[in-house]
Amino acid sequence: MTAAADVPSPTPTAPSRSAFGAAFDKGFEILCFSAATFLLAALGGIVVSLAIGGWPAFQTFGLNFFVSAEWDPVQEIYGAAGAVTGTLVTASLALLFALPLAFGIAIFLVELCPPLLRRPIGTAVELLAGIPSIVYGMWGLFVFAPWFAKHVQMPIMMSAEPGTLWEKITTGVPNGAGILSASIILAIMILPFIAATMRELLLTIPAQVRESAYGLGSTTFEVVRKVSIPYVRTGAIGAIMLGLGRALGETMAVTFIIGNAHGFPTSIFASGSTIASTIANEFAEATERLHAASLIALGLVLFLITFVVLALARLLIGRQANL
Amino acid sequence: MYRKIVLGLAACLALSACGQKSDPQGAAAPSSSAQIAGAGASFPAPLYAKWAETQKAETGVALNYQSIGSGGGIKQIKAKTVAFGATDKPLKPEELQAEGLAQFPTVIGGVVPIVNLPDLQPGQLKLTGPLLADIFLGTIKKWNDPALLALNPGVKLPNLPITVVHRSDGSGTSFLFTSYLTAVAPKWASVGASDAVKWPTGQGGKGNDGVSGYVKQTTGAIGYVEYAYAKQNGLPHASLQNAAGQYVNPTAESFSAAAAGADWSKAPGFYLLLIDQKDPAAWPITGATFILMHKAQADAATGKTVLSFFDRAFSTGDAAASELAYVPLPAALKAQVRASWSAIVGPDGKPVFTPTAQ
Amino acid sequence: MTTVAAPRLSRRISEGLFLTFCWVATGIAILALAAILWSLLSQGIGGLDLNIFTKSTPAPGSEGGLLNAILGSLMMCVVAMIGAVFIGVLAGTWLSEYARDSHYGKVVRFLNDVLLSAPSILVGLFVYTILVAPLKGFSGLAGSVALALLAAPVITRTTEDVLRLQPIALREASVALGAPVWRTILTVIWKAAQGGMLTGALLAFARISGETAPLLFTALNNQFLSLDLTKPTANLPVVIFNFALSAYDDWRRLAWAGALLIAATVLTVTIVARIIAREPRRS
Repeated sequence: MTAAADVPSPTPTAPSRSAFGAAFDKGFEILCFSAATFLLAALGGIVVSLAIGGWPAFQTFGLNFFVSAEWDPVQEIYGAAGAVTGTLVTASLALLFALPLAFGIAIFLVELCPPLLRRPIGTAVELLAGIPSIVYGMWGLFVFAPWFAKHVQMPIMMSAEPGTLWEKITTGVPNGAGILSASIILAIMILPFIAATMRELLLTIPAQVRESAYGLGSTTFEVVRKVSIPYVRTGAIGAIMLGLGRALGETMAVTFIIGNAHGFPTSIFASGSTIASTIANEFAEATERLHAASLIALGLVLFLITFVVLALARLLIGRQANL
Repeated sequence: MYRKIVLGLAACLALSACGQKSDPQGAAAPSSSAQIAGAGASFPAPLYAKWAETQKAETGVALNYQSIGSGGGIKQIKAKTVAFGATDKPLKPEELQAEGLAQFPTVIGGVVPIVNLPDLQPGQLKLTGPLLADIFLGTIKKWNDPALLALNPGVKLPNLPITVVHRSDGSGTSFLFTSYLTAVAPKWASVGASDAVKWPTGQGGKGNDGVSGYVKQTTGAIGYVEYAYAKQNGLPHASLQNAAGQYVNPTAESFSAAAAGADWSKAPGFYLLLIDQKDPAAWPITGATFILMHKAQADAATGKTVLSFFDRAFSTGDAAASELAYVPLPAALKAQVRASWSAIVGPDGKPVFTPTAQ
Repeated sequence: MTTVAAPRLSRRISEGLFLTFCWVATGIAILALAAILWSLLSQGIGGLDLNIFTKSTPAPGSEGGLLNAILGSLMMCVVAMIGAVFIGVLAGTWLSEYARDSHYGKVVRFLNDVLLSAPSILVGLFVYTILVAPLKGFSGLAGSVALALLAAPVITRTTEDVLRLQPIALREASVALGAPVWRTILTVIWKAAQGGMLTGALLAFARISGETAPLLFTALNNQFLSLDLTKPTANLPVVIFNFALSAYDDWRRLAWAGALLIAATVLTVTIVARIIAREPRRS
């Protein structure tokens, strides 16, 4: 709270011209500050309510809750490790697939696209973001999975040499459901989020900056690499976070296609589970106190993961770009 | 300038105060506006929707039932956020007692194993309870296993791995299925009976749709779904051996047989699973779905509306039930349920609803 | 000679590869969209008739539409978006204009990103705990609150990002002309950034318009038409979720029609908003 008082204002504070204007300045700042604090309070509320709800699980299982992949509602033994692994693997794979694609799309729309097509394609990409996640789930299960099984999974599984590592990480039930399918669906889902924001960012680069680079004889690739990316880097991290955040927490679509097996996933075609899918699958029916508490504790773990992932991203890339 | 903020704050406060004030009214409102909310098991939801639609047209009562899962139904009725809860997994009499709840069945359904094998006719594949347990335990891994061949002479069982598909979400369907396996196969005790268990093998599909989706896409798969779902979608089922040693197919008759054979009068709170019934025609994985209500109704009118709704449904709703592939309760059981309603009382201690003699 | 030619060639190759990649990436996205839209259209168009807009959700086997769900979703989304835009734009403005590098600003910015990633089902649970359980009843307002909590961080994030990209010179110019900071923000910065802010709001709307999980435990759903937001309120996502997984063909047709409707709404809103905003930037 006290921080508000000593917030340095980056905007040049001009000597106030009118008493009202200057006075309202403070009011407006307080209003903005309250809105930001409200968000903080909301998150705090969620975390606190999760911590209270999940406490019995932490109390019962202690550290084991984080290390064990055992999930047995009948014996009432719960461990988060399997779901945590599934969450991290699917989200990272999804980001790995989506990020280059999204970036390519954004560049395409800004630098390469014929003006006539720019708007339709841009809108089409944004439309991908507007499709309800349950539709992705159903489409994934009924359309994508059979296609994927027939044209991707089967050939890969058949070509794998028995006994090799490749064979090991590609075993699974050939029906298109599993870790990799879930990651691909996730990638399609987060793609528009990243692409739309990235495009918006690229459009904010002043034309003369880019044009002077072109004028010096740079190729598109060089302009993008040396001018555009550095210019939008900060915002781009934001865009990636948007996508990663959605990938980490996405529920319905993943639940349909990941195969829903507890424990560590053994291969890219094997069934797995994520934290969100486990909660979605079991929360409605969890009447035992410890079962419900463990699911809520899983939710808290997901928050912790997000926390760590975001903190790491900050550390690695930094956010020092003061424009 | 601060005035605006103060004004805004005041407005916020006023708004939240209004919110606070309005909810006691909100809680009591169902009685006045004849809008009743109930929630729980997903299995009977289509039928309750049908009954509600019919009665809305006939009596004007808008009974809004939403499927949020049996566990959700139990939790919500305990939290008193709904006028009634619904569950496929009956609460034990002790628990009903502790929570002051009344419980009664409304309609019967069951669980059906479905298989995906080339050239297999529905009902052609015969299974026993212990064999089904072995398959779901992962000890029988191939369709040409000697035990399966011995039981199915004349059926072409291929050398294919068995892919087990189960529900990934906690569900009354899984509860009934695992309760059955526990009852008939001692080996299943290691897994146990619950709406979500630690499955020894296989893939989990979300909902009946997820299970049937996986089964359809995987040659050599076996899964289990609700009877209504299997019937509406024409999925190829396996026939099962019942307690009398007969191989039966899931039909309305075999479910009725299971329900009729049971002795409900000795089951307090109607706590009874219709699993592995003795009747030679009975389908072995049968169960009823239940309604939960508080015995002490804070608002007599709400309780009355709910009970008269089910009373009317019992009298006139059987045809709708059969049409949607549910099995109506036998007449004797309906009478017992109606009699049990006298335990649901209003603030004045009098029963909120007395069914007219049928 | 070679020392000059080699880099030129490699430049050309990398340029070619890069351009091809951009084309292919866009192609893949368009293909995925086309595939999903095709499923939506082929499955949903059959259920799309006048009844959709004039009748409430039916029981299986009866005639009906999605009127109650459409109205309910609309009411909840509008209420949620009003709240989320209010909070999100102000919070984003604070982060960009007032708090750039203060510690508190960093904390809020960071935690907003965390909030962005909160699984919607947990937000639903939270609202259930603070609103539904204490007040003993599901309500459309609780649903709106849950949706607003999901939309606000998206708006905050995008607002901050686009505001930060506005050149300092713009602010200086305005202030130098005698405008107080608040007017500068309102009439200069926001105006310059409106395209980006609109995109943020649209992304947020797109995100909440199809959310099922947070509504399941807050707004519940309603079989009948009800305009009372203090009661369980019908909404498209939960209806789609329930109907899509049901055994009955007519329910599934409605589910696909509903999904098509949500996608079409998002598309329309996007296009209309784009036309209104009419980005004056380089064409």
